[in-house]
Amino acid sequence: MLLKKRERESAEINGSSMADIAFLLLIFFLVTTTINVDTGIGMVLPPPVTEDNPPPPIKERNLMKILVNNAGLVTMDDESTPIDEVQTKLIEFIKNPEASEELAASPQAAIVSLKTVRETPYRIYIDMLDEVIGAYAVLRNEAANQNFGREYSQLNQEQKKIVDDIYPKKISIAEPDPE
Amino acid sequence: MAHFKKKQAGTKQEVPTSAMPDVVFMLLFFFMVTTVLREVTLKVKIDLTKATNIEKIEEKRLVSYIYIGPERLPNNRLGNDKVQIDDSIQEDIGAIRTIMYDKLLEEQRMIVSLRVDESSEFGLLTDVQEELKQAQTFRINYSTKSEATRN
Repeated sequence: MLLKKRERESAEINGSSMADIAFLLLIFFLVTTTINVDTGIGMVLPPPVTEDNPPPPIKERNLMKILVNNAGLVTMDDESTPIDEVQTKLIEFIKNPEASEELAASPQAAIVSLKTVRETPYRIYIDMLDEVIGAYAVLRNEAANQNFGREYSQLNQEQKKIVDDIYPKKISIAEPDPE
Repeated sequence: MAHFKKKQAGTKQEVPTSAMPDVVFMLLFFFMVTTVLREVTLKVKIDLTKATNIEKIEEKRLVSYIYIGPERLPNNRLGNDKVQIDDSIQEDIGAIRTIMYDKLLEEQRMIVSLRVDESSEFGLLTDVQEELKQAQTFRINYSTKSEATRN
C-alpha cells in the first residue's frame, strides 16, 4: 500500500487583516456620508393647459382666491387680511360650519388658489403656502381625531387615505399676470 | 524588612477582540447604505427659507434637484438669479423641459426638489414650474428648513 506523504497546505484564508480592511472602508464611508433628510413642502403640479385640455369650470363659491403682493400683503377673496388670520379664515372657508352661501359647498369641493406677482420673494410665497398647508394640517388632524381618536401622523396608510378624502388638499398656484 | 508581594488579579486583562470585525462590518454596512456619494458643487447661492408644515422625503433616490438662486461670481460677489441643474447653470429656461423629461424617463416616480434661495423672485420659479409641467414632472417639493412649531 502506498501511503501518500504530502504536506497539506492549510485551506484557510488568513483573516486577520480583514478587520483592517473593514476599518479602512468604514472610515471612507464615515467621511463621505451626509445624513441630512430633505424636508420641504410637497406639491403636485397640474397638467399644462392646452386648447384641448382647458381647466375645469369651478363655481365661484368654492374658490378661495388668495393674492399676495411682493411686500407680503394678503387679500382673501378681495378682502385684505393680516397673515396670522389667514389660517383661521381658510379653515372657516373649507369647513363652512354655518353652510353659508358664500363659502365652499363642501370640503371636497373647496379649492384654494394662491396668486402672487413675479417680484415676490420666494420667502413670502413659501410663508403663504405654509399657512395654507397648515390650515389643511389642522383640519386633517381634527378629522383623524374624530374618526380614529389619534393624530393624523399616527394613522396608517389606509386611515390616512380616508382622512385625505375628507379634506383633499386642492391648492392651485396661479400664474402671475404678465407685466 | 517585610516585603509585600503584589497581589495580581486572577482575570486576564485583555479585551476580547474577536468580535471586532463583526462590529466594524455592521457599521460599515450602515454607512454604505446611508451614504450618498455624489453631491453637486453649487454655482448659485442657496439660503433655504423656513416653514412649519413640512414633510420628509424618505426616498432620496427618487429626488432630483433644481437649484435657483443668485449666481456666485468671483470675489464673493453675487450675480443675477440663475437656475442650476446638476453641475451646470442653465441659461436657457426652455432647455429644462428636455433635461427633466429625460430624467423622468429613467425614473417614473421622480420627485423634483426645488431648492430656491429665500430672496429669489417668484417669477423665475414660475417659469421653471411651467417647464416642469410641460415635461410631465408633476411631483415637486419646495425644499425648506424646519421652523419650530408655533403654539
